[in-house]
Amino acid sequence: MLNERVICAGFGGQGVMLMGQLISYAGMLEGKEVSWLPSYGPEMRGGTANCSVMISERPIGSPVITDDATVAIVMNLPSLDKFQPDVQAGGKLLINSSLIEKKASRSDIVAYYVPANEIANELGNSRVANMVMLGAFLELTKTVTVESVLKALAKTFGESKGHLMAVNEEALKKGAEAIK
Amino acid sequence: MSVVFKKTSGLTEKETHYCPGCTHGIIHRLVGEVLEELDVLGETIGVAPVGCSVLAYDYFNCDMHEASHGRAPAVATGIKRVHPDKVVFTYQGDGDLASIGTAEIVHVAHRGEKITTIFVNNAIYGMTGGQMAPTTLIGQRATTAPLGRTAEHSGMPLRVSEMLATIDGAAYVERVSVDTPANIRKTKKAIKEAFQCQIDRKGFSIVEVLSTCPTNWGMTPIDSLKWLADNLIPYYPLGNFRRPGEVK
Amino acid sequence: MAKVLMKGNEAIGAAAIRAGCKYFFGYPITPQNELPEYMSKEMPKVGGVFLQAESEVSAINMVYGAAGAGARVMTSSSSPGIALKQEGITYIAGAELPCVIVNIVRGGPGLGGIQPAQSDYNQVTRGGGNGDYKLLVYAPANLQEMVDLMQEAFDAADYYRNPVMMVGDGMIGQMMEPIEFREMPSRFELPGKEWATTGTKGLRKPNIINSLALDPAELERHNIHLQAKYDAMKADEVKYEAYNMENAELVIVAYGTTSRIVRNAIIDLKEQGINVGLIRPITLWPFPEKAFDLVPKDCKGLLSVEMSMGQMVDDVKIASNGRWPVHFYGRAGGMIPTPEGVMEKVKALVGGAK
Repeated sequence: MLNERVICAGFGGQGVMLMGQLISYAGMLEGKEVSWLPSYGPEMRGGTANCSVMISERPIGSPVITDDATVAIVMNLPSLDKFQPDVQAGGKLLINSSLIEKKASRSDIVAYYVPANEIANELGNSRVANMVMLGAFLELTKTVTVESVLKALAKTFGESKGHLMAVNEEALKKGAEAIK
Repeated sequence: MSVVFKKTSGLTEKETHYCPGCTHGIIHRLVGEVLEELDVLGETIGVAPVGCSVLAYDYFNCDMHEASHGRAPAVATGIKRVHPDKVVFTYQGDGDLASIGTAEIVHVAHRGEKITTIFVNNAIYGMTGGQMAPTTLIGQRATTAPLGRTAEHSGMPLRVSEMLATIDGAAYVERVSVDTPANIRKTKKAIKEAFQCQIDRKGFSIVEVLSTCPTNWGMTPIDSLKWLADNLIPYYPLGNFRRPGEVK
Repeated sequence: MAKVLMKGNEAIGAAAIRAGCKYFFGYPITPQNELPEYMSKEMPKVGGVFLQAESEVSAINMVYGAAGAGARVMTSSSSPGIALKQEGITYIAGAELPCVIVNIVRGGPGLGGIQPAQSDYNQVTRGGGNGDYKLLVYAPANLQEMVDLMQEAFDAADYYRNPVMMVGDGMIGQMMEPIEFREMPSRFELPGKEWATTGTKGLRKPNIINSLALDPAELERHNIHLQAKYDAMKADEVKYEAYNMENAELVIVAYGTTSRIVRNAIIDLKEQGINVGLIRPITLWPFPEKAFDLVPKDCKGLLSVEMSMGQMVDDVKIASNGRWPVHFYGRAGGMIPTPEGVMEKVKALVGGAK
């Protein structure tokens, strides 16, 4: 039974909230039970930003992830240190190796390293690093389809940002290739 | 036979509860007359305070709303935002406006809320029995300042009109008195100008009316009027502090 | 209408506007800030008014003025801010005016914290301010239910001429869930607002909005009248959900966010052979006392699960009326119960799987 519990974490401005929202939105479009819960409070300003995403076959009880994340996507070092312990045994840890030199220290989880910023820079837009990571996540877990994420992205962007669709789609593709 | 004087239709037939010699009655009449003369009675909503004029909702002949202590400007804001074309006023004493309601009066001025406030300042809490107000003068006795107010203990009396006149949204600020017939006529003129300021959508308008409290001051009505002239007016100078279009 | 993914606080705003709310007066406080922010953006589009007041006290008094003037009006805040609003709320109840107040509860007492809690149970169900009055209090468990109840909240406020409170918590306010905005037909035939302060136009006697009655006999009559209204609410406005009650060894009472966690625990317990029921109050006041008639007679007990320190236990005991022992499990301060924690408590009470 599908029951994915995903933590997306990074600096404010790295687009981790959007990354989580896109997974939720895509899940909703696919008729799944979904929730998205941001961290809120003083840590939003300056420090790490993170959100918890659930995609499930059954109604979601608590949208809070304590220590049973199935996947954590970490975009910076503080996020790795903070959320590595929250991944359940056998879970996945996606590490943005462009900004994090450190390796995962746990042996009971599987770590994947994606140079998200370098790939984004090659695409000519450093701001799509989050989409590179998302592409890797989708390839790894198949939680939702890339098509659903693109539909969600089109809704989120609206007309004013429609011209950014192509580079974001490319970033998703490069992210998927990076962990193949 | 010709009619030489007629009670204003701005007040109801209800007999007021005010103490003998209290100047609230005069001020009520002036507000009623002004609303009648401006022909806005049917378009006016008044807000009564907590204090001596808590029952003002029975006396003004227009729709009325009774507020909690100090909050009349906030209540009036809610009404005015729903009915921007109506005339909305608050009628408040100095305990209500200058003590518990300072935040509300400052911010109604700050927003330039298009309402009019009639601020009756008699330098004491009347309804509750003569306690010290922020406006009580130095040396003046009150039931909570039995030896007279001192600056060291309670600070200097608060001059509300001067304070509000520093706020850009306050379009019209004037202090008047009802101690003499001449001053009563000036008071009516100021009240009219304040309401006109609202009708012309210039901003917030307030008239501070120096008033008496014979009961709690422990004086006859006549002595009270003299005490007002000799003590309140020197500390709270009469005059206009702000008019629409003026740059201060 | 298709489903949309929306943040709770924004969904509340959207639902209120759909329900005809035209005026919003508020003051910033975490974790409900997205609601006034949403209103500041959306109200002008529907010809409504958003105004940020100088304080919670002023905001509720603006609501008092606007409600008296005949408007559909709302304010929102979080626990300490709701405490500040109590003055205005009791005046609004006393003057019999309609309005909706949203409380996105956070941990207390005092400044407390900003994480989700249910520690305003007493504040919202016991009146909160001075005098004998009650609020109709809804506590939805998810965003869809919150949105669905909003029309009813405004209608009930108008019908009873009484303030209505919508209770969420930091989680309900902050999380995103799929929502569908549905047409909700009104249950009420709503009378006109002939009592409102709209100006006499010289055609009628002045309307007076007031909560003062200096004559004790008059004030007593007013209290008896209010009480009759609250009795009518008790008769007609109770809402609850009963889940898995048949043959339940234990019945949990939980509302809002907590009930979602409990439901998952109940599903997991069932797989382990332990049958547990759930009574989920949707109205916290009136409390769904009748729901307890559904509890099996040989049930081993009731368990109040809360994000507070047992504030709901009194109501569960009153409803139980001595029929079953009443137990408590709760977390506080922004800590959220886990299904595992609930299951552990249940097993301790019923003695594990048979």
